[in-house]
Amino acid sequence: MTNEPTAAARPIPRGEGFWGEFFAFCKQGELRFQRCSQCGIWRHMPRDGCRSCGSTQWAWERSSGFGHVYTWTVTHRTLHPGFAEDVPYAAVIAELDEGVRITAMADGIDADDLQLGLPVRVIVREDGSYRIASR
Amino acid sequence: MTHALKDQSCIVGVGETAFVRGAGRTVLSQVAEACSRAIADAGLVPSQVDGLVLSGTKVFGEAVAATIGLNDLTYTASVHLGGANPVAALQSAAMAVTTGVATAVLVPYGWNGYSETRISRREEDGAAAAQDAGPVAGDDTMSQAVLNAYAPTGVFGPVQFYSWLATRHSELYGITAEHTAEIALLSRANAQSNPKAYMQGRPLTFEDYMASPMISSPLRMYDCCLETDGACAVVVTSAERAADALHTPVYISGVAEGHPFPADDFESRADIADIGLKRAAPRAFAMADVSVADLDFAQIYDCFTYVVLLQLEALGLCGTGEVGDYVSGGRLRIDGELPINTHGGLHSEAHVESLNHIVEAVRQLRHEADLQVEGCEVGLVTGWGNFAEGSAAILRR
Repeated sequence: MTNEPTAAARPIPRGEGFWGEFFAFCKQGELRFQRCSQCGIWRHMPRDGCRSCGSTQWAWERSSGFGHVYTWTVTHRTLHPGFAEDVPYAAVIAELDEGVRITAMADGIDADDLQLGLPVRVIVREDGSYRIASR
Repeated sequence: MTHALKDQSCIVGVGETAFVRGAGRTVLSQVAEACSRAIADAGLVPSQVDGLVLSGTKVFGEAVAATIGLNDLTYTASVHLGGANPVAALQSAAMAVTTGVATAVLVPYGWNGYSETRISRREEDGAAAAQDAGPVAGDDTMSQAVLNAYAPTGVFGPVQFYSWLATRHSELYGITAEHTAEIALLSRANAQSNPKAYMQGRPLTFEDYMASPMISSPLRMYDCCLETDGACAVVVTSAERAADALHTPVYISGVAEGHPFPADDFESRADIADIGLKRAAPRAFAMADVSVADLDFAQIYDCFTYVVLLQLEALGLCGTGEVGDYVSGGRLRIDGELPINTHGGLHSEAHVESLNHIVEAVRQLRHEADLQVEGCEVGLVTGWGNFAEGSAAILRR
């Protein structure tokens, strides 16, 4: 299935604070997540502090984008007009090699081929949006 | 050591409105009606109610108090666990009456789930939804994840969030449509005995279930609960005061809430199957000093069939991954080993968060239910909401 932008407006992330920084990196073609400077754990979604050690010292570090399918759902009836032309579409949670998980629409993966552990990669597109593709 | 709240408080009054699609009146009006009925059922007058615990922000406590005449409140609070709210609110009410902060606490919930906030019609809202947060707009505990991570991927509502949990579980353990269908079918069968049930008179077959459209895999339309308008309320007093109640008091033997970690974001949990009830249930059972084997019935929060399956495992009724076998063979039917959702649940009675489950549990324990579990003494109610928050109450007569 393909998931190109459709005519109806899709919701645009509000992108405040750390989320705004995350999306700004995406627009530069870079997938970056926060990584705790104290205990080294990567995190997403972005937050002020590390949930493991409590440290507020961290840096944006670049992810390989490689990982595997953790779970998914294939939506047949969308709850939003901006996705009406995309159904059915798969919203995948991928677990990346750095340990973080990321949610994105599948790109070029047939719904029937989705399985737990399927090797995938995150593709960041020119508009800063990102998709999960097989590798 | 005995838990300080064990059996120290009782539900002494229950009330509800009709459950409809298109109430044609405000949520406040319906909540007020349910509250007045619950207060009368308890044998009290409004001025004797001095506590109010709200679920979420559908109505303001000040307005409820002014509408029905709660003229000297000593305790107000609200809880924020989505559909797990009413059961969690019982914990707050139990604390208030046990400590003496209040003597009679009202726990109401109501909404126009069909005529106002209907999630399944969200796509018709068009531009408004596109620019806003979708179905959870204004719900700050979840809005960051939904706005920034989920909505751009076409994920807006519970039927999609919970399908992430369901897909992984079903792939790991071989759960099939036969297993989820059992929940939908038993709910609808039980509702046929309940005159208040929205689906009374409308039976459901396995063929109907399988023919219903896929919404977001693996959940079909009949895996989803009803969207209805209506309200319920219960009144909680100390066990001592409950001796004067009009009806058989129903003791809050155990009650607990549980939060997944983190609660505002599904995908960063160490295990996405870390649902709140896994934490709440052991606490509630320990407090009540009972085990699942002691339960005569259970009202399990059933926003979606698969959510029931996940909770059955979290309660320890069967091992992880064994729920498919567990629900087979009629075990959860009215004449089975552990009848569940005897009123029809959110699937077939109405969606009033978990408060209609609590009302039904009270009626069962008073031995006044439409579809009575004969001789029942102990029952369980669970709540589930937001990103899989959980709550559990063990009630006895």
